[in-house]
Parts: sequence; C-alpha cells; structure tokens
Amino acid sequence: MMNMALDVLSWILLLGGGFFVFVGGLGLFRMPDFYTRVHAASLTDTMGAGMILIGLMLQAGWTLNSGKLMMILVFIFFTSPTSTHALAKAALFAGARPLIARREKSKEKNKLPDSDKEDAPS
Amino acid sequence: MKHAVSLSVLLFGVWLLLSGHYTPLLLAFGVVSCLLVVAISLRMDVTDHEGHPIHLSLKALIYWPWLIWQIVLSNIDVAKRVLSPRHPISPNIVLVPANQKTDLGKVIYANSITLTPGTISLELEDNMILVHALTHDGADDLAGGEMHDRIIRMESKG
Repeated sequence: MMNMALDVLSWILLLGGGFFVFVGGLGLFRMPDFYTRVHAASLTDTMGAGMILIGLMLQAGWTLNSGKLMMILVFIFFTSPTSTHALAKAALFAGARPLIARREKSKEKNKLPDSDKEDAPS
Repeated sequence: MKHAVSLSVLLFGVWLLLSGHYTPLLLAFGVVSCLLVVAISLRMDVTDHEGHPIHLSLKALIYWPWLIWQIVLSNIDVAKRVLSPRHPISPNIVLVPANQKTDLGKVIYANSITLTPGTISLELEDNMILVHALTHDGADDLAGGEMHDRIIRMESKG
C-alpha cells in the first residue's frame, strides 16, 4: 500500500516536471524578446528539474542514489541563477534592448508612481 | 579554523556519498584527498565566512522553505502566462534596493530574485539591483520587499 502510494506520488511528480519542462520550451517560442524568453526557460530549471529529481528520488528510495540526486538538485539551485544572471547581464551589456510594457492606468492600484524605472519603495 | 573543519566534514560527506566504496584503503584515500583540498583552499584563502557561510546554516533552514514556496507559486504563475492564449505579460525593468549589510546577503538576494521565475537580476550595483520582471505585478511584489526583509533577518546576528 505504502509502495503504491509512493509510486503514484513519484509518477505525479515526474509527469508534473515533464509538464513544466514542456511549458518552459513552449514559452521559449511564444515569448516576444530575449529577456522574456529567459523567464520562460527558468521554469525548466526550477520546477521542471526539481519535480523530476524529487520524483526520481522517490523511485530510488533510501539509497545512495537518492543522495546523489539530492546533490544534483542542490547544485542546480545554486548554479542556474548564476548562469541566468550572466546570460541576461551579457545581453544587456551587448545592447539587446528589452521590450517594456507601459503601466496601464486602469489596472494601477495606486501603489507605485507610473515610471518604468526606479520603482524603489522608500 | 571552524570553516576548515566544516569544509573537511562536508567534503568527506560528499566523497562518501559519491564513492560508494567503503574499504579501509579507499576510505584512507578519501580522507587524504579531502585534507589535501582543505590545505589548498586554506592557502588560497577561500575558507572564510563568504566562501563557506556556516553562520547562516540554521537560518537558511527558515529561509529556504519560504523561497521554495515562492518559486512554486511563481512557476505556476509564469506557466499560466505562457499557456494563456491572450499572452498576458507586461515586461519591465525596475531598480530595487538591496540594503543587506554584507556582500553575501546581497548575492543571496540577487540569486533568489533570479531563481524565482518572472524576475531576473540584471545587475547588482552598490545598494541597488536592476531587475527585469515579466509582469508589473511581479515587479510590485518584489518592491513590496518581503524577500528583501527576510534576507536581512537571515544575515543579522542572533
């Protein structure tokens, strides 16, 4: 019974991870410019990789392999923001202009002034 | 010194995990190679509070679950925006303050911003982080400063 439940849970996680990887890939095509595409790609290496690795850990059980999978997960979570940042910064410095959407007055909740930059709270 | 000890323990733990061989000879090789790595990193002067932040370990256990929850929430949000036929995105760039006391705190903040889908830190300069956000809502959430305050609490003493 316990094994059955673990199996079902791990399959849900694996399929969910696959779904997020797929959506990340789809977003890579659907997004309009470089920076928004990077956002879509980050679905793949957070939820996608995370859910798949946790699902695999449940399949492996309490073995050495689970520990190794855990290490992969930790390394991905430390390295992927670094590489994403390096990529985005390089693009910015190479002169790729990001698309900027104007704030619409109707949707504004009077929380911030209507500027695109320097929305820093005091 | 305590950084060197904890680094040795960590390295040997990783070695045990990755090797899977537990004969005395190989264990001895493992110990020797870990000590060698620690000796080299001591000479390189990288075993300090930045390279090996053990003073944050306990507080990270409070921060990480919260961060992981935020990552899950924003993943679902971005996935919806990718799949939605109306394509509801409003990309923008904002400057958010990073008033963490240490460089390490600022890097943790910038990394957390990037790790959360929907926001990417483009540049970290002095006390400001330039952030590209997929939506205005995402930028507003970040400017609300909850993540910022949590990291300040994590790096503060006590």
